Amino acid sequence: MIDWFYAILGGVLIGGGSSLLLLFKGRVFGVSGVIGGVLRPRQGDVQWRLAVLSGLVVGGAILRMTSVGAFDASYPRPAVVAVVAGLLVGFGTRLGNGCTSGHGVCGISRFSVRSIAATLVFVLSGMLTATVVTLVTRGGTP
Amino acid sequence: MKSFAPTFFAGMLFSLGLGISGMTRPTKVLGFLDLAGAWDPSLAFVMIGAIATYAVSFWFIRRRQAPIADTRFFLPAAAPIDRRLLLGATVFGVGWGLGGYCPGPAVASLAGGGHEVWLFFVAMLVGMAAFAAWERRREKAAAAQDSERPMRSKQED
Repeated sequence: MIDWFYAILGGVLIGGGSSLLLLFKGRVFGVSGVIGGVLRPRQGDVQWRLAVLSGLVVGGAILRMTSVGAFDASYPRPAVVAVVAGLLVGFGTRLGNGCTSGHGVCGISRFSVRSIAATLVFVLSGMLTATVVTLVTRGGTP
Repeated sequence: MKSFAPTFFAGMLFSLGLGISGMTRPTKVLGFLDLAGAWDPSLAFVMIGAIATYAVSFWFIRRRQAPIADTRFFLPAAAPIDRRLLLGATVFGVGWGLGGYCPGPAVASLAGGGHEVWLFFVAMLVGMAAFAAWERRREKAAAAQDSERPMRSKQED
């Protein structure tokens, strides 16, 4: 029950951060797109991206110093899975033009049909993947 | 630049939201995505809180002529759903369901999570760079095909 409260509170902060970026710089808070623009830089279009990314990192450092338990004690998958997952997330988010923040939050809030479709697809694809992984590994270890 | 501080603050607020909601914990994310285990639906409320907040502020902010620290709004134009969007979202979802990280929480965890998030992050950059290279090659191929076409028609004549 308390998890739901923290989820909504966190969501409000996420929406608030996205709103600030829109208010000041007129940009969508889409993290994959923000990083993609740093990897393929255009003049005058990099500094705000670095500001957003450093804010994200510093926010994480602050979380680490608090006792909200924002991070897991250990990663639940083998390290090699993190590498494979990273490759897929990197390629997929650029091909699909966005991730959970850009499509899931900012896009849906603007009633973008593309973002609604993308969010449905990646949530379903993520659920299918995570569920299959559990079923397969559960079957493998009696 | 005068807009650095508010933009930085936007990222920090977003990051705190990710951490408080549980999005920076792969165990929790996988608990949401994995329907075969003890399903934890609480992360759906992150989206509800974020969308409700942003939808309201978006409505107000879009009534401005321009943002405070820039000349105009940079919003994606409406476009039809295409194969790239669906394929990209599918591939992203597979990675998300395998690793439990999406891009925002991964960046937010760099200073707070274990070393695996760095593996994920670097691999993600490689995946993005691979996409950029693939896209450039496609663009080049398309341009070459365009310039070849008139020559070919000349030969046919």
